[in-house]
Amino acid sequence: MTIDIIHSLEQFITSSILKQPGRGIGAHEPILTSGLIDSFSLVDLALYVEDTYGVRVDDTELNPSTFDTLAQLADLIQSRLSK
Amino acid sequence: MTTFASRLHSHLSRTPEKIALTLIQAGRPDRSLRYHELLREAHGYVQVLADRGIQPGEVVVLILQHGEELVASYLGAVILGAVPSIMPFLTEKLSPERYRADLAALVSVTRPAAIVTYDEFEAEVRGTLQVNHSVRTVILTSQVVAAHEQSNSSWEGLKRNPRDVVLLQHSSGTTGLQKGVALSHQAVFNQLSAYSRVLDLKSTDVVVSWLPLYHDMGLIAGFLMPLLEGLHLVLMSPFDWVRAPYRLMQAVSQYKGTLSWLPNFAYNFCSQKIRDHQIQGVDLSSWRAIVNCSEPVRPESHAAFYGRFHRYGLSKNSLHTSYAMAENVFAVTQSDLKGEPLVEEIDREIFLTQRRVESSTGEGKLGMMSSGNPLPNVRIKILDESGVPVPDRTIGEIALLSDCMLRGYYNRPDETKKAFKDKWYLTGDFGYFSGGELFVTGRKKDMIIVGGRNIHPQDLESLTYEVPGVHAGRSVAFGIFNEEQGTEEVVIVTEVEPGEAADRESIAEAIRQHVTKNSAIALRNVKVVESNWIIKTSSGKTARLANKEKYLIEGLQ
Repeated sequence: MTIDIIHSLEQFITSSILKQPGRGIGAHEPILTSGLIDSFSLVDLALYVEDTYGVRVDDTELNPSTFDTLAQLADLIQSRLSK
Repeated sequence: MTTFASRLHSHLSRTPEKIALTLIQAGRPDRSLRYHELLREAHGYVQVLADRGIQPGEVVVLILQHGEELVASYLGAVILGAVPSIMPFLTEKLSPERYRADLAALVSVTRPAAIVTYDEFEAEVRGTLQVNHSVRTVILTSQVVAAHEQSNSSWEGLKRNPRDVVLLQHSSGTTGLQKGVALSHQAVFNQLSAYSRVLDLKSTDVVVSWLPLYHDMGLIAGFLMPLLEGLHLVLMSPFDWVRAPYRLMQAVSQYKGTLSWLPNFAYNFCSQKIRDHQIQGVDLSSWRAIVNCSEPVRPESHAAFYGRFHRYGLSKNSLHTSYAMAENVFAVTQSDLKGEPLVEEIDREIFLTQRRVESSTGEGKLGMMSSGNPLPNVRIKILDESGVPVPDRTIGEIALLSDCMLRGYYNRPDETKKAFKDKWYLTGDFGYFSGGELFVTGRKKDMIIVGGRNIHPQDLESLTYEVPGVHAGRSVAFGIFNEEQGTEEVVIVTEVEPGEAADRESIAEAIRQHVTKNSAIALRNVKVVESNWIIKTSSGKTARLANKEKYLIEGLQ
């Protein structure tokens, strides 16, 4: 399940945010501290998670101390889904 | 004779109980400060600065995040008569090495006597200071305590002359830090007096802003103007806004905000990224002017914003425009608040090829939105390449003369001299006049403007040459306007040798990472191509516009 979430997040980020559908993102690759995702796109990511999984990621959580990789974000989504 | 200190002192004695500032911070309750409370906080900084021997007229660099300490230290420096200058804080996107280099450059040119920062950042700051630096003291926020007593003797700033430099504003951009705009008390008050008449400011106005204070729009419109004019300022940080744009709408509704300034992209950003459930019950009817400035103004962005928020009470004639720059303190023009900014449809072909405008209703028309009329204290000329004024509806360089211009670029007589021609300030922007209104069409140089930030393509190109496998002179950077976002995005095209073709993906990725880490600019696309792709001029210089056209045409194929 977590693998599926990681895959769908990767798809969304590469196609809609980076506009480089061919690029892959490793599950443990930093996406915030590396500058891969611009702060202007964070809200897109939060809205995608909300629309796709019905899980809210608060704006105060959109920083590397909450998640910096797809695996961490997927875990966060997973933990809120199971509640 | 008014100075910053005398104006603040007058608010303190006349309206000490009036709320001067409300800080909105994500995850924390809002915090409102009355004038006497705000100035008491500022006095904590006055005391420390004075104890450390900082003299009136000396420069104090503030390296703090957007918030209470930044506001208090800024005002503290002003009350003491020192000259504050804000250095943007380190962000995750920017590499620490690049940040240190920028700070070192700022310190070497500006020669501050003190730096104010956080305890955690002290080592970083001290590590930057080079031999023979000017900094006599580094003040940490933990060393500051709010003063209980305010004696008149601590208001050294009251003795400043209105012609003295009151602040330095380091323009945003990739290399802007070495060029600090020095403004006098008088220039700032001349701007405020002209601008407040045009805006018809009243003491009941409430300014809501998320703009960074190191940029002229945030520093003047979103900080100093409300505090000096006695308006209520509701301030949130750009960091919070970009993660939760709906907070701007909530703030306007809650505090009955009347005025805001936004760069063009923010209209698109808010229109697209705010959900109805986030702003349920919000009432925007108090918002009487939302002023679009600091990047090219687009009628489509206003239409999208109005379309999205009119059902929340947004009034159609609240959407306005201004042309502004730090060198004129802030506003140069402002659209008439009684109407809507003029939009004219012009012929695209004639505009692009003949440097003039003609109305058009047919195919290939281009909507141009006016930035309004010059402020009453500002004169504008449009000049051709030889410096001769051109007729109406002809495009040329915008030059201006006013009583609120910069004293000069601080400690940079060379740059100051270059910027003026017979007292007129040459803006480097292109535009035209039509019916007494100014239309700004673009930059004279190949400057890229991303979200209100000016970026020199040369700087980004130089950064690519630091990537292994990329050779000097083999990259070109340019901006491409993104309709959806309402701002420009950066594209870099880099040539590599045929043998390195297999590595194109990894070179592109390395360029993307290196440029972003060293400029804090996210790149939309890095295209790695074979030799001889880049078009050069006959003198061997990179022809950015031609390369941009080539890139766009290839994208269509």
